[in-house]
Amino acid sequence: MAGCLPEYLPVIIAAVEAACTAEFNAHGLLATTYFAGPVLIVNGPIAARIGMNSGVNVLGQGNRANATIGRALQLIIRNVGGGLPGGVDRATLGNPGKVGFAFAESEATSPWTSLATERGIPLGRSAVTLFAGEGPRAIVDQKSRTADSLARSFAACLASVGHPKLVVGFDAVVVVSPEHARTFAAEGWDKDRLRTEIMSHLQFNGADVIRGAGGIAEGVPEHLVGATLPKFRDGGLWFTFAGGEAGMFSAVIGGWVSGTEGSSMITTVIKDNPDDSQEAHR
Amino acid sequence: MTSTTLTLLDPTSERSPTIRALTSRPATLDGLTVALLDISKPRGDVFLNRLEERLHERGIQTRRYRKPTYTKPAPVDLRHQIAMECQAVIEALAD
Repeated sequence: MAGCLPEYLPVIIAAVEAACTAEFNAHGLLATTYFAGPVLIVNGPIAARIGMNSGVNVLGQGNRANATIGRALQLIIRNVGGGLPGGVDRATLGNPGKVGFAFAESEATSPWTSLATERGIPLGRSAVTLFAGEGPRAIVDQKSRTADSLARSFAACLASVGHPKLVVGFDAVVVVSPEHARTFAAEGWDKDRLRTEIMSHLQFNGADVIRGAGGIAEGVPEHLVGATLPKFRDGGLWFTFAGGEAGMFSAVIGGWVSGTEGSSMITTVIKDNPDDSQEAHR
Repeated sequence: MTSTTLTLLDPTSERSPTIRALTSRPATLDGLTVALLDISKPRGDVFLNRLEERLHERGIQTRRYRKPTYTKPAPVDLRHQIAMECQAVIEALAD
């Protein structure tokens, strides 16, 4: 399907298993007027074995596995599930990633623990993580040479996910490029430290983000006026390492409505070994 | 020449989907209880509050309901409760 080679199939099966969980809420994701669609992030040995791209132009064109695995999931939703654009799919604008959006984390060159490991998958196993995400947007920072400065840049860009005055409601994945990760790793920052530092810059006074504040009607309900509100909920900000070696750019993939009200990130073990038994989703 | 048999599989789940006709609209709301269903989107309550005022001015009984989240279909129990308690439904969409 979709131009996939047969050896891609275990990834697609795992992605479909993830998409069919109640927590991922594929029906709601399809039906929403929002931009988001399923984003697949592949970890583990299968990524290299089937030739997935995790390097130069990782979120772009030119790699058969990346292009067709994401496309296969979308075609299954469309042709098997009946989710036709203009039918159940009510997106106002959508995003180009809804044609298909899959990539691999560059584990071999990463200074960090992989996304799958953070999600509880044992080392050495392959897994696919499904995230309800919009298209990637740029973080440009070519000047920062300290982790603190770069974390502040990341936070400033992440504040705009959805809307700068809409907090807590959206998750996000940051695709950290090698040159940016190098700056963090040089000071010994792991993903947890990076998350903690970024979140320290993403605490908002309710008075600044309630409806009407700043002359902008959009915002959180007025009763939150006295609260301190984080941009992302606990478990709502994730990092993955990928991209070409040159370029001080990273990418934010903003989420859809998060958690039990919308969609939760799901990581599923890829059963690429005939001896694999049934394993739970994470 | 040998003949072979090919089996074609249709991956779609419903070859003959069940289709039920919509209940016909009541000619009048007089004497009926109208469900006002908030799907939990911002300001849906503004719309329903005003509709409730207008319906009460006409002497029409209403009952309020709320979906847990607008991102998922209404739970079966909620749909059943509305069907048991009301004869018409007005659903506030959003924003």
